[in-house]
Amino acid sequence: MATFPEYIAQNEERDGVRFSWNVWPSSRLEATRMVVPVAALFTPLKERPDLPPIQYEPVLCSRATCRAVLNPLCQVDYRAKLWACNFCYQRNQFPPSYSGISEVNQPAELLPQFSTIEYVVQRGPQMPLVFLYVVDTCMEEEDLQALKESLQMSLSLLPPTALVGLITFGRIVHVHELGCEGISKSYVFKGTKDLSAKQLQEMLGLAKPAASSQARGSQAPQQPQYNRCGALALRGNVADQILWRVLASRFLQPVQKVDMNLTDLLGELQRDSWPVVQGKRPLRSLGVAMSIAVGLLECTFPNTGARIMTFIGGPATHGPGMVVGDELKTPIRSWHDIEKGNAKFMKKAAKHYESLASRASASGHVMDIYACALDQTGLLEMKCCANNTGGYMVMADSFNTSLFKQTFQRVFSKDVQGAFKMAFAAALEVKTSREVKVSGAIGPCVSLNAKGPCVSENEIGCGGTCQWKMCGLDPSTTLALYFEVVNQHNAPIPQGGRGALQFVTQYQHASGQRRIRVTTIARNWADAQTQIQSIAASFDQEAAAILMARLAVYRAETEEGPDVLRWLDRQLIRLCQKFGDYHKDDPNSFRFSETFSLYPQFMFHLRRSPFLQVFNNSPDESSYYRHQFNRQELTQALIMIQPVLYAYSFQGPPEPVLLDSSSILPDRILLMDTFFQILIYHGETVSQWRKAGYQEMAGYENFRHLLQAPVDDAQELLHSRFPMPRYIDTEHGGSQARFLLSKVNPSQTHNNMYTWGQESGAPILTDDVSLQVFMDHLKKLAVSSAA
Amino acid sequence: MSEHGYVAATSYSQAQPGLGGYQGGFGAAPAQPHYGHYGGAPQAFTAPPTAVQKFPTSSGPGLPPPPGTGHYNPNSQQNGAHMQRYPPATYGQPPQPSYNSMASPAPPPPMQLTNQMSGMNLGNYGKGSSKWHWSPSQVNPGRCFVPAGPVQNPPSATSPMAQQPFRGPPPPNAVQPPMPPQMAPPASMSMGQPYPGAPPPTAPGGFHQPGPGLAGPPGPAGPPGYPQQGGPFMGGHMAGPQPGGFPGGLGPQPGPPQKKLDLDSIPSTTQVIEDDQARHGGQVFSTNVRGQVPPLVTTNFTVQDQGHASPRFIRCTTYSFPRTAELAKQCQVPLACVIKPFARVPKNEAPLYLVNHGENGPIRCNRCKAYMCPYMQFLDGGRRYQCAFCSCVNEVPVFYFQHLDHMGRRVDFYERAELSLGSYEMVATLDYCKNNKPPKPPAYIFMIDVSYNNIKSGLVRLICDELKTLLDKLPREEGAESSAIKVGFVTYNKTLHFYNVKSSLSQPQMMVVSDMAEMYVPLPDGFLVDFQESRALVCNLLSQIPEMFTETNESETVFAPVIQAGVEAFKEADCSGKLFIFHSSMPTAEAPGKLKNRDDKKLVNTDKEKTLFQPLKATYEDLSKDCVAQGCCVDLFLFPNQFVDVATMADVPSHTGGSVFKYNNFQMDTDGEHFLRDLRKEVQKSIGFDGIMRVRTSTGFRATDFFGAIHMNNTTDVEMAAVDCDKAVTVEFKHDDALSEETGAFIQCALLYTTVGGQRRLRILNLGLNCSSHLSELYKSCETDTLVNFFAKSAYRAILNQPLKNVRDILVNQTAHMLACYRKNCASASVASQLILPDAMKVFPVYINSLMKTPPLTGSTELATDERAHQRLALMAMAVEDSQLLLYPRLTSLHYMDVSNEVPPAPTRCSEERLTDDGVFLLENGHVLFLWLGQASPPDVIQGLFNVPSLAHLQAHVCALPELDNPLSKKVRAIVNDLLEKRPRSMKLQIVRQKDRPEMMFRQFLVEDKGLHGGTSYMDFLCHVHREIRQLLT
Repeated sequence: MATFPEYIAQNEERDGVRFSWNVWPSSRLEATRMVVPVAALFTPLKERPDLPPIQYEPVLCSRATCRAVLNPLCQVDYRAKLWACNFCYQRNQFPPSYSGISEVNQPAELLPQFSTIEYVVQRGPQMPLVFLYVVDTCMEEEDLQALKESLQMSLSLLPPTALVGLITFGRIVHVHELGCEGISKSYVFKGTKDLSAKQLQEMLGLAKPAASSQARGSQAPQQPQYNRCGALALRGNVADQILWRVLASRFLQPVQKVDMNLTDLLGELQRDSWPVVQGKRPLRSLGVAMSIAVGLLECTFPNTGARIMTFIGGPATHGPGMVVGDELKTPIRSWHDIEKGNAKFMKKAAKHYESLASRASASGHVMDIYACALDQTGLLEMKCCANNTGGYMVMADSFNTSLFKQTFQRVFSKDVQGAFKMAFAAALEVKTSREVKVSGAIGPCVSLNAKGPCVSENEIGCGGTCQWKMCGLDPSTTLALYFEVVNQHNAPIPQGGRGALQFVTQYQHASGQRRIRVTTIARNWADAQTQIQSIAASFDQEAAAILMARLAVYRAETEEGPDVLRWLDRQLIRLCQKFGDYHKDDPNSFRFSETFSLYPQFMFHLRRSPFLQVFNNSPDESSYYRHQFNRQELTQALIMIQPVLYAYSFQGPPEPVLLDSSSILPDRILLMDTFFQILIYHGETVSQWRKAGYQEMAGYENFRHLLQAPVDDAQELLHSRFPMPRYIDTEHGGSQARFLLSKVNPSQTHNNMYTWGQESGAPILTDDVSLQVFMDHLKKLAVSSAA
Repeated sequence: MSEHGYVAATSYSQAQPGLGGYQGGFGAAPAQPHYGHYGGAPQAFTAPPTAVQKFPTSSGPGLPPPPGTGHYNPNSQQNGAHMQRYPPATYGQPPQPSYNSMASPAPPPPMQLTNQMSGMNLGNYGKGSSKWHWSPSQVNPGRCFVPAGPVQNPPSATSPMAQQPFRGPPPPNAVQPPMPPQMAPPASMSMGQPYPGAPPPTAPGGFHQPGPGLAGPPGPAGPPGYPQQGGPFMGGHMAGPQPGGFPGGLGPQPGPPQKKLDLDSIPSTTQVIEDDQARHGGQVFSTNVRGQVPPLVTTNFTVQDQGHASPRFIRCTTYSFPRTAELAKQCQVPLACVIKPFARVPKNEAPLYLVNHGENGPIRCNRCKAYMCPYMQFLDGGRRYQCAFCSCVNEVPVFYFQHLDHMGRRVDFYERAELSLGSYEMVATLDYCKNNKPPKPPAYIFMIDVSYNNIKSGLVRLICDELKTLLDKLPREEGAESSAIKVGFVTYNKTLHFYNVKSSLSQPQMMVVSDMAEMYVPLPDGFLVDFQESRALVCNLLSQIPEMFTETNESETVFAPVIQAGVEAFKEADCSGKLFIFHSSMPTAEAPGKLKNRDDKKLVNTDKEKTLFQPLKATYEDLSKDCVAQGCCVDLFLFPNQFVDVATMADVPSHTGGSVFKYNNFQMDTDGEHFLRDLRKEVQKSIGFDGIMRVRTSTGFRATDFFGAIHMNNTTDVEMAAVDCDKAVTVEFKHDDALSEETGAFIQCALLYTTVGGQRRLRILNLGLNCSSHLSELYKSCETDTLVNFFAKSAYRAILNQPLKNVRDILVNQTAHMLACYRKNCASASVASQLILPDAMKVFPVYINSLMKTPPLTGSTELATDERAHQRLALMAMAVEDSQLLLYPRLTSLHYMDVSNEVPPAPTRCSEERLTDDGVFLLENGHVLFLWLGQASPPDVIQGLFNVPSLAHLQAHVCALPELDNPLSKKVRAIVNDLLEKRPRSMKLQIVRQKDRPEMMFRQFLVEDKGLHGGTSYMDFLCHVHREIRQLLT
């Protein structure tokens, strides 16, 4: 058997899953004593170019409460053409199409290598992709110009059949009718009045004529209903559908048809022309604009993949959803204001956006927010729009930066088949074997409120359901799923028993197809009392760190910062107590096995990270960081917690170095990747050399190469990441060096620098504790018998 | 404007119900047959015309006064003549103390007179009131012809009757030779021994004789006699000298009973107009004397401002105010003036002088804030001046100081307009501007209803095409190269569409606002543009609009939000302006100001009838206020196919200085040109915006009430979102205290407004009036046309709150009271039976009678509610000349016109009797224009006008005169075009052939005749008034 690290990597590669524990404690009581819950990071659409598309539908367990998908773990009786569900043990007949099945002729889903398999649903119409641009016009001319260019560029990236729509807003919200010849036509709405979907429908003239709706009424009452896939399906007669499309087509048209028209329209787009009085902010009716966007799609393309892409150049200052008044002298809320209860618009605005988010997610639409402004734009209030719908949140200083431009372009990146790396309107269902139940999920999803036998009463994150909706997801979208072992201590699991989980993800592929991806995995049970070593050995500390971090961040959204930190510390101490090797009350005796060794360090950095610390971050930044953290896959998330630091020097090839102040040396160039920033730091000497221009001089090619190396590496990182990080090139004493200094472990500070000696590293002016101090305290507490 | 109400032929006969009163009083039989002629048997009409034709001829040729008239003083008042025939006693008999004849129980006497005159009803009346001596005899003829068949008989009957009563009295000129002796009789006869026997025989005879005998030109043509005829009526009473003459003359003559009342014997409006034209026409009227009565509005004269405002700007009901409130109360002559601040000034008169005191601004009295004017008295060597209005003594500002000459006048008297002229303008300083900011030039917004109806009728295309050229002709400041007015465009059905036509755009942008609850303008910039700058885009837009909505099937519209949008646009642009709304149907879409059909004919003639005139919703009231506050004037062009609730829809226009135009069942080929003419006038006319007017008076009286297309927030400030050259405000004055005969009474009207070029200005109009303790002075200085304007407006306002009947009663009572007071206090003693009218008011009754027959005051289910409401509102802002014309339409005969003569033919009286079978008449009242073709119109005339051989070949729906190259055609078209040019509104030329069904419409404008929907003839009314007067006097 391979080592655990290999096993973990292999599983991740194949199924996109990482568990905190790869051997599960077999009883409920023991499981709770593990401190870190049994949980998984699951990337539903993990890129698997090798997966063959299965052109038939999955075979389901016939038990109504189960409906699990036939998988390699099922026992199959080839002779009787029966299979036993590995979750509920129901015996099922194979469908007639499987009559040719035998040991040598197995369908793909029974092959062990296809623990993850993807079915392409053949039924149903091809769904169009819908892209609705919601564009702020209250911005500087250059900004708007840059944005317009980006938007025009994006049109060329869209598939010709994709539908596009345009809403622009300033004080007034314009819903543009596309494809008008000779005149540009828009429906306008005041920014102060929120409209229900029905009102909007009437005002846009999208209401179905009375006759038609009566005809519908006379048929069997057509209620919106959740179909088997958990997606909301509206069934209407065909004529209605066509009519709908025709009406909607005024605002949402295929790119190929309105390409020129829309390009011109964007070209003519002017800055919001309402006069802005000195000392005031422009009135920006963002709340209503988004509401209209949601409403428009709601009544035209429910349950069809659609992206509402909102581009904002400043905070909403008008109408519902406003986050700041229009007086410039009143700044937008800070954390301080929020703590003091002085953020008078916050609650109301957040409520507004929450309701929009839930409407959008109910109809399966994604809401992206591209906020480009130097000041805050209200991401705090709007975060749930992106978070709940699986939309992107992008924050930059200006639309005229490569950060925005590149990021936006990358939204439309394509896979090898030429399809967008985005999927829509997905529903993830988790099925569990009897001994384990699902407590909840944390990530860009919303609950579908599907109760069932797999649902734990103990909620963690977004719980109480075994189905979640992810309106938008991409290959890196990762959910944290938390489980509860419910097997009682006195009901031991037979030897060799395995706990199984099945993730069924139904989604709309960018090609318009509906697809179902099924991942079935199983882990061994172990009796924690007797086999604690094997459980400990199965610990995936990286996954565990992220899973705990997600929990902490989740808590931080609602709880006071210090409480969360205390909780996190306690968990860490308990883990150390449980799995550490020590003598009571002797800190120096404390030892951690290799599988746990990095975990405290992750926690140390997590405590200092912007995900839990709001100091020095605006509420918007916090929301932005947390948003990214909550959706990214494990590796990226780890970088976010503990940035990666590389050193470049004449001493040798580039090498990763400790994220520690001691790594900051004068003759080094450092490259730090915090996920959000790529920072190149030139040590004191190097920067002096650079200033002196040695790199230009003949004979100093090596110096030039040294300078160039981190830049090349940074470019590589920049080009592969979404969203594009902020690129910072700084040097010793540079103001931007603060980004580096705030991340490194302050092993040398102004408090202790003299005791540590001056020859190496740079002191950090901080009162924060260093990792060393942290560890000392941790050991002390872990071994304390009082705790 | 009236097709609407009169579409159905049958309706005519149904008109009866409205007149039920008559039936009640006199039995059903009478009325119906009478009307039956109109409705059912058109032939009935054939007769009258023939009769008429003879009439004029007979009366026309200014025969020298008969010998017997020698003792008639030319000034003598003969009006009373016919009245006298009714012994007071008889009046008591039928139960009609009040003048309720219009709506309900009609008082017999007038009726009977009518009957006599028309001949048609004779029989009935005879029956009804057998008491009357004369009736039996009358009965017979009547009966005879009723069954005999109306065709031939009526004429004979009519004419005699008509002649009977009046024939005699007016004698001098009007009467034909045979009559002289008879003239006296009426007077006496009426008194005592009424009608015995006499009428029947004489009547026919009398009638026929004159007829054939005189075939001369129609009445008016006979000039020599007329002036004199006027004379007598005018009651030289005032002058005093006449006393003996007239009344005496009438009284004593007991002559043979003469029953015939001749139209010519009662005061003639056309005659009065003609006389005044003869007296003042072409002359200069200098306003250098206080209390000078100006020539009539119908007269062509030139005004020279010498210290009092031109009568074009202000006209008063009387130019000599009674000294005390008691006197005023006694005579009941309303003290009022009609102010038309933007009246057109003819080319040959000096335009208003613009005074500019620079930063100092206008000089005003410290106490009452009156502006410097010629009436201020400079004292103390010119250092101080005494205000003529409040007597406060003010310091003269240093910059304004000037020495006085030996007469106490400033040396610069003639150099300063404000010291020597009655009307002038002043440049206003920032203090006079909203928020102390200079105003911006106004804007015009065109708001086009693009619902199905307007698209289908082609109206939208018509408007858009027209605007492309019309916008070049926006009014502009004197001397300015181009207009400063900005333009904006909105189309709407149940949503509103705004257009961005900023010149920098490559194509227009359309913005659809569908949220009707809170209207707003979605673009701050590019909506209101300079036409010259954005010409390409605007023309592009105007070409596209009709195309864009070609496929529309939206038939619902909104209305209040449309106006709201305009107001918001002006608010946004911080300017004033005007909305041109082209609207088709009742706004039924879900939106503020949504209306529903509330046209309930059952309410007519009930106490609730007033609700038909009241605007429906508070929405519109608030809207009016908003509009006025922003200086937003609303012009409404309606193109309804059915009831649209004009009372409500026109509410805002009627408070914001706007006009309402209505084109029922609009059809491109028949109404298109008519509408475009209106639109052109409306767009081009001179206008001022965001006005606030204050009327200040010298001590002792003050302005108490205001009528017009205005808004009043308090009791003194007249707020006018806009005021154009056709809008007038009628102001009523009341005494506070006694006035001084010596100093007289001063009125200063100051209008602060924004010009079309965006300048803030004051227009000051000053007028000095006399005061007198003698009522005769007052009566002498009365102006009938202005009085009528006031009465019309106050009556039209009153119907909002009271039953029509009350309003009509009040009109009659006050008329009677005014005249009785004159009789009592000013006229010399005369027989009570004589009707004596003040000279200046002698045609007053015909106007009042006409007023009472106007649709708003006529309680008839025949009349379309919208039509009534429209007319009511239209009149509220009318100036004197327009109300005069409306109430006494101009009827001219074209058939014998001298085509080579420059002067248009003189008008004739508005009576059916003046029509002739072979005549061609043109009738206009400022709203309608008819070309009436007699049955026997000469073929050459028809050929000349229409290029068809005879009347029979004329197409039914001709609505324009073809352009033919012959003198007659040219002349007639010139006349018509001149009218269309001159009148504030364009009119649709309607060609009616005698006896054709549409003739009904035409006939209702013959105001001296009995009303089609009720209402007495002039003659009857006069009798009735006379009776009232006599009651008052006893």
